[in-house]
Amino acid sequence: MISLGIEGTAHSIAIGIVENKDNACIVLSNMIKTFHPESGGIHPREAANHHAKYVADVIKDSMKKAEIDFKDIDLVSFSQGPGLGPCLRTAATAARTLSLQLEKPIMGVNHCVAHLEIGRGTIDSCDDPVLLYTSGANTQVIAFAEGKYRVFGETLDIGIGNCLDKFGRTIGLPFPSGPVIEKYAKNGRKYLPLPYSIKGMDIAFSGLLTAAQQYYKNGETVEDVCYSIQETTFAALTEVTERAMAQLEKKEVLLGGGVAANQRLRGMVEEMAKERDARCFAPRIDLCIDNGAMIAWLGLVMYQSGIRMMLEDTGIDQRFRTDMVDVSWR
Amino acid sequence: MNDEKLIYQGAEAKIILSTFLSKTVVKKHRIKKTYRIKEIDEVLISSRTKEEAKLIHLARKQGVCVPSLFDVDLTNGIITMSYIKGDRVKDIFDTIDKKKRKELCIMIGKNIARLHNKDLIHGDITTSNMILSDNKVFFIDFGLGEINHELESKGVDLHVLMEAMESTHSKNANDFEYVLEGYEKEYHGDIKRVKKKIEDIVKRGRYR
Repeated sequence: MISLGIEGTAHSIAIGIVENKDNACIVLSNMIKTFHPESGGIHPREAANHHAKYVADVIKDSMKKAEIDFKDIDLVSFSQGPGLGPCLRTAATAARTLSLQLEKPIMGVNHCVAHLEIGRGTIDSCDDPVLLYTSGANTQVIAFAEGKYRVFGETLDIGIGNCLDKFGRTIGLPFPSGPVIEKYAKNGRKYLPLPYSIKGMDIAFSGLLTAAQQYYKNGETVEDVCYSIQETTFAALTEVTERAMAQLEKKEVLLGGGVAANQRLRGMVEEMAKERDARCFAPRIDLCIDNGAMIAWLGLVMYQSGIRMMLEDTGIDQRFRTDMVDVSWR
Repeated sequence: MNDEKLIYQGAEAKIILSTFLSKTVVKKHRIKKTYRIKEIDEVLISSRTKEEAKLIHLARKQGVCVPSLFDVDLTNGIITMSYIKGDRVKDIFDTIDKKKRKELCIMIGKNIARLHNKDLIHGDITTSNMILSDNKVFFIDFGLGEINHELESKGVDLHVLMEAMESTHSKNANDFEYVLEGYEKEYHGDIKRVKKKIEDIVKRGRYR
């Protein structure tokens, strides 16, 4: 079975095409077009306009890369939420159009669950992980328990990526700032104490962000501030992940989301896993960031478990929570 | 010192059965985390150890049964405290008779209220963190606790227990109302606001 997935929850419009081979996910193509604002953050409507402008091209590119014909597609899948309303509506409209045009079934999927399922689908030995999902807007610790994917810990204010981007803007970096901050951090030597805010299994970053901005304004070097931000936030993320693993007695941890590209975060989680005798997995980068392949794959998994969706069920949900999904495929 | 025995290993700490001045004691040893830099790790371990010891001490002053503190080692992150011999409430909750369970719930509620009257938030009130000894309920593991005057944190504190009872003692989860009954008897503030807060938290439907 071949599934085409349309991702459009935030800054990227992405089309992925995947195939199921013995319950493993084969990625045929995974094309991503990201909206880069001229200045400031992501404006939802501007991002949606960007998606509307490019979605057809990205579909064509992705089809070409996959070397398949439209008639080979068995399912059209799209990100139904959570995300920015205008962006979600654009992706959903594209999906409905394609589904009607090709006369193929449609499937709306939960973006956060897709991040987890693509790990299980593409990594052979990854079976029942705790997912540390770190992106711009989302920062969650997700795992399967009692029939659902549940959120065991999450940010109480802003996502970690958002925190990095906001600090990036303070020092004049364009979106996304994470990779540049990572480079600066490598040359940081002095640790500047920052608030380490964990409440049970939840986590908060806004206080830390303000404190980091103050350090910068008071003349501390960019390198030291970036180093301190990374060390503090990533340690806190690793700690809540470990707590979830201990509580649920899970022996696998999976990374997902754009911030999972950061080598320091990966290193910390790997180290934690090693200490607990657990295994750490990270999908390749294009499957970590927001992408169409993961949407295509989750749609396919859901479809094969017997779930069907009518056109009238394809309304988007900006606040689509992870634990609202009935997981009938596990 | 030679006969130390690991009885539980959590994400953050090891719980070790040991002896101290020829008494049987429990040591809670916070483990160094190699994934975080020394500057962060040392501060966290010592401040959390200190905070937990402080909460245990303040809880005792409120007349809540807690382990006795024997030693607090901030450098190594070790709290040495008395070993409470008894049954975990988790293990006996569903087996005792109805009347006894009601009494137990009322007693639990009264104790939580005594903590909350002084803004002491336990942070992880579950039946695994209570020991029934000599007909008294001992509260253990203040590791996630804090001092907080906000109604929100009291509501969350009670809500954690409510959820724990629903998942672990689903047959008798309704007995949570007796916890609130006991709470009401001791709580100095407005019980209606606490109940309303719990309802609000349930509506958020996020915690579990």
